[in-house]
Amino acid sequence: MAHVEEHDHHEELPFWRKYIFSEDHKVIAKQYMFSGIFWAIIGASLSILFRLQLGFPDMKLEWLRPILGGWIDESGRLDPEFYLALVTMHGTIMVFFVLTAGLSGTFSNFLIPLQVGARDMASGFLNMLSYWFFFVSSLLMFFSLFIETGPASGGWVIYPPLSALPQAMSGSGLGMTLWLLSMAIFIVSQLLGGINYITTVINLRTRGMSFSKLPLTIWAFLLTAILGLISFPVLLSAALLLIFDRSMGTSFYLSEIYIGGEALPNVGGSPILFQHLFWFLGHPEVYIVLLPALGITSEIIATNSRKPIFGYRAMIASMIGIAFLAFIVWAHHMFVTGMNPFLGSIFMFLTLIIAVPSAVKAFNYITTLWRGNIVFTPAMLFSIGLVSFFISGGLTGIILGNSALDIQLHDTYFVVAHFHLVMGAASAFGFLAGVYHWFPKFFGRMMNKTLGYIHFWFTFVGIYLVFFPMHYIGIAGFPRRYYSFTTYEAFRTFGDLNMFVSLAAIMTFSAQFLFLWNFFYSIFKGKKAPLNPWKSNTLEWTTPLHPGHGNWPGEIPPVYRWAYDYSKPGANDDFIPQNVPYSQTPESNLPHENALIALEKEIEAQNYNDQFKQPH
Amino acid sequence: MVYVVGLLSLVFLVLAILVLTRLTSVLKGVNGGDTTEDIEQIGSGNRVNAMLFMVFFITGAIAAAWSFIHASKFFLPEASSPHGRHTDGLFWLVMAIITIAFVVTNALLFFFAYKYQYRKNHKATYYPENHKLELIWTVIPAVVMAVLVFTGWRAWRDITKDAPENALAIEIVGKQFNWEMRYPGVDNNKLGNYNYKLIDANNSLGIDLEDEASFDDFTVSSEMHIPVNRPVLLKIRAKDVLHSVFIPHMRVKMDAVPGMPTRFWFIADKTTNDMRNETGNQSFKYEIACTEVCGKGHFSMRTTLVVDDEDSYKEWVAKQKPWLTNNPDYLARVPEKLKAKAAKYIPTDSAATPADSTAAPAQEGAGGAPSASLR
Repeated sequence: MAHVEEHDHHEELPFWRKYIFSEDHKVIAKQYMFSGIFWAIIGASLSILFRLQLGFPDMKLEWLRPILGGWIDESGRLDPEFYLALVTMHGTIMVFFVLTAGLSGTFSNFLIPLQVGARDMASGFLNMLSYWFFFVSSLLMFFSLFIETGPASGGWVIYPPLSALPQAMSGSGLGMTLWLLSMAIFIVSQLLGGINYITTVINLRTRGMSFSKLPLTIWAFLLTAILGLISFPVLLSAALLLIFDRSMGTSFYLSEIYIGGEALPNVGGSPILFQHLFWFLGHPEVYIVLLPALGITSEIIATNSRKPIFGYRAMIASMIGIAFLAFIVWAHHMFVTGMNPFLGSIFMFLTLIIAVPSAVKAFNYITTLWRGNIVFTPAMLFSIGLVSFFISGGLTGIILGNSALDIQLHDTYFVVAHFHLVMGAASAFGFLAGVYHWFPKFFGRMMNKTLGYIHFWFTFVGIYLVFFPMHYIGIAGFPRRYYSFTTYEAFRTFGDLNMFVSLAAIMTFSAQFLFLWNFFYSIFKGKKAPLNPWKSNTLEWTTPLHPGHGNWPGEIPPVYRWAYDYSKPGANDDFIPQNVPYSQTPESNLPHENALIALEKEIEAQNYNDQFKQPH
Repeated sequence: MVYVVGLLSLVFLVLAILVLTRLTSVLKGVNGGDTTEDIEQIGSGNRVNAMLFMVFFITGAIAAAWSFIHASKFFLPEASSPHGRHTDGLFWLVMAIITIAFVVTNALLFFFAYKYQYRKNHKATYYPENHKLELIWTVIPAVVMAVLVFTGWRAWRDITKDAPENALAIEIVGKQFNWEMRYPGVDNNKLGNYNYKLIDANNSLGIDLEDEASFDDFTVSSEMHIPVNRPVLLKIRAKDVLHSVFIPHMRVKMDAVPGMPTRFWFIADKTTNDMRNETGNQSFKYEIACTEVCGKGHFSMRTTLVVDDEDSYKEWVAKQKPWLTNNPDYLARVPEKLKAKAAKYIPTDSAATPADSTAAPAQEGAGGAPSASLR
C-alpha cells in the first residue's frame, strides 16, 4: 500500500486562499456558521421588534428612531407597512439564510467529508462558489433592509399580485426587486452546494463505508440535498416569472387587476400558479430545514444515551418516506385559495400520511433513551428539546392538514405556533445542538458546559412560553400578519396573552447572548479539547485535533461497522468506533458479525477513493 | 411599558447570572480535578439536568392545563353555522387525540431522560431494534390517520359541494382596504355580469350594464346583511391583490383572487339578535376580516355582517335602491334594445342630481391607524 504523506507536499496557501476564498470544506463550513449566526441575530431582532408592537401596542418607540428613522411615525408608533416588512424579512431570513444555509451549509459541509471518510468535498471549487454566491445573496438581502422604500413586505411567501405591483405597497418596489435577485442567487448557491453534497456522499465514501453503515446524519444531509436539488429550481422559475411580470409586462400571475385608479392590461394569468410553484419548493423546504436537524439529533442522542439509535433502518426508511411525501403535499398550504376542493381532499390524505413516518421517528428517539446511560451534554439537552418540539409542533399539523379544520385555522396564529415549533424551534435546536457537539472538532476547544445548560433551559422554557400560548390565540381566530387587533371586536381579547408572549420572546432572545458569549469566548479561551470528547464512534473523531487540509494525515481509515456500537455486551468500553475491525473485538461480536471478519481483507483491498491520490 | 420590558429583561439577566455563578461553583466543587484528558467527567450537572426535565414536565403540564382552561372561553367563538358546529366537533375530537399523544410522548421523553440518567459503572442496554414494536407504532398512527382522513374528508366534501339551488348569491369584492357587496336585486334574483375594465370612480365593481340582469343589482359597502336559515352563496372576487374573506363565527374562509372568482356557501342559523342574547353582549356584531396579507391596511379591512330574520331582511332589501337608480347617468351604457327595460330603474325626475352612490368606495386606508401615512 502506498503510504505517501500527500498533504505535506502542499505549499502553504496565502491567507486569502486559506481563510477567505478557501476550498477547504472545514473553512467553508465555518464561514457558513458565522454567516448563519450573524443572520440569526438579525432575524431574531426583527421578531423582537414586531413582538413589541403586538405585545405593547401603545408603547412609545421613539427610542428606536435612531435605528429605524422614519419607520417610527410622529406619534412614536411603528409604521404598519414596516410591521409587514419586519415579519416578511424575519421569515425570509430565518427560513433561508439561517435554517437552510446556516444549518445545512455548516453541518453538511463540515460533517459529510469527515464522517464518510473523504479528503474534502467532491469539488472544492464549486463548494467555494456556493458560499460566495450565498455571500452575494446575503449582501443584497442585507442591503434591502436599508433602502428608503423598505424591504420586501408581502410576507415571506411573496404572493403576487401584492409582490408584483409596486403601487400595491412600498415594499413591492426596489425592496422586492432586491429580494428576488437575492433569492435567485441564493438558489444558485444552494444548487451548487447540493450537487456537491450528493456527489461526495455517493462517490467519496471511504473503504467499507457502505450506505448501510452511514451515520444517520449523512443520510439526513444526503436526502436534504436531494430535496433541495429537486425543489429549488422550481422556486427559481417562480421567481423568474415574477421578475418577468414585474419588469417585462408579462402576465403569468396577473389578471383583471384594477389598482391605483387604473385597470391593468394583464389578463389570463393566475396568482394561484405562483402559489403552486412556491409551495412546490415551500413544502420540501420545511424538510430541507428539519431533516439535517433530525440527523444531527439522531447522532447526538445515540452517542449520549450510550446506546445504538433504535431502529436504524426504520429511521432511514422514515426519512426517505418523509422526503418523498414532502413533494406531494404542497397544496395543503392552499386549501382555501379557491383550488378545486377535490384536489384538497387528495392533499389532505397525502398530508396526514406524513404523520406516520414522523411518528415512527419520534418513537424511535424515545426508545433510544429507554434503558440508556444518558449523559446530559448541552448538545444532548438541545437534542431532547428538539424531539419535544418536533412532537408538540408536529401534532398540531394533524389538525392543520385536515382541510375541513383548516378553514377556520388557516392563516391564524395556530399556524404560526405550529410551524415555529416543528420547523423553526426544532431546526434551531438542531443547529445549536450541532454547534455544542462538534465545537471541539471545529475549533479544537470545548465550550463551557454550565453556560450551555443555562442557555438550554432559558431557551427551551422560553420557546414553549412563546409558542404554546400562541395556539390559544390561534384557536380564538386571530389572523396572522395583523399590525394590531383592536379594529375587531372578535380579536380584542387576549391583549394580556400577547404581552406575555412578547415578554417570553424577549427573555428567550436575551438568553441567546449567553450562547454568543460562550461561543466566541470558547473559540479563543476554551479548554483544549480531547480527541474524542463524547466517546463517539464516527470517523470525524479519528482525525487530529486540528485536522489539516485533507483531514487525515495518513491513509483514510477504512470502516468495518455501523456507527452505533454503543454499550455492546461483552465489550470493554461502552463504544466501538467505526474503524475498529470485528477481528479486534471477538469478545463483543454478534454471531453474524463474526462472519464479517472474512470481509475485512476485502474492504482493506478496496479502492482508496482518495481524491488526493490516483486510484489503483 | 418600556420600563416594564426593561425591568423584566434585567430581572431575567440577573437571574441568569445568579444561576450561572451558583452552578459553576457547584460544578467546581465536584469536578475539582478536571484534566483535559477526562474533561467530560460526568458531575452533578447531569443529575440537575435530569431532575429539571421532570420538573419541567410537571410544572409544564400544570401550566398548560391551567392556561388552557383559563383561555378556553375565547376559543373557537360560538359557531353560527351548521357546518361550523360540525367542524368544531371534529376539531375537538382531533384535539383530544393529539393531546393524549402529546402528553404520553412528552411524558415518556422526559421520564426516560430522568430515569436513565448516567450512573457510574452502569451500562446501557444494547437494543438496536424490535420489528414487532416498530410495526405496532407504524400501524397505530396509520389507523388513526385513516379515521381522521375519512371524517375530515366527509366534512370537507359537504362543505365544498355545490350550493343548493335556492341559495342567495351575494357578491363580495375585496380591495385595498375594504369589502364591497353586490346583491342580485329583487326583480330577477340574478347577479349581472361584470368586467374589471368597466371599473371607474362610481362603478367600483365594474358592473356590466349590457347585461339586463344587472339593472336591479344593488351594492353596499358599509355592512353585509344576510337572512337567517337560508343558504348563502358568497361569490368572492378581488380587484387588486389577494384578499381572503374570513367570517370567524361562521367558520367561513376563502381567498379572493384577482381574475379567478371563488365561492363559499354556508347557512347562518343564528341572527345577530340571537347571538346578542346568547352571549349576553348587547353590542355583539358578526365581523368579516381579511386573512391574506394585502398591504398596509390589511389589519383593518373590517366589515360587519348582520344576520336578519326573514322579515327584517326583506325590509332591509326593500330599502336598498338598485345601483342604476343611484347612478342614472350610466343609462347611456345600456344598449339601445334594453333601454326600455332599464328605464324602469331610472328615477322619474331624471333632471334631479343623481343621489350619491351608496357604494361610494371608501378612501384608501379606511379604518387604518389614523396617524399612519404613506411616506
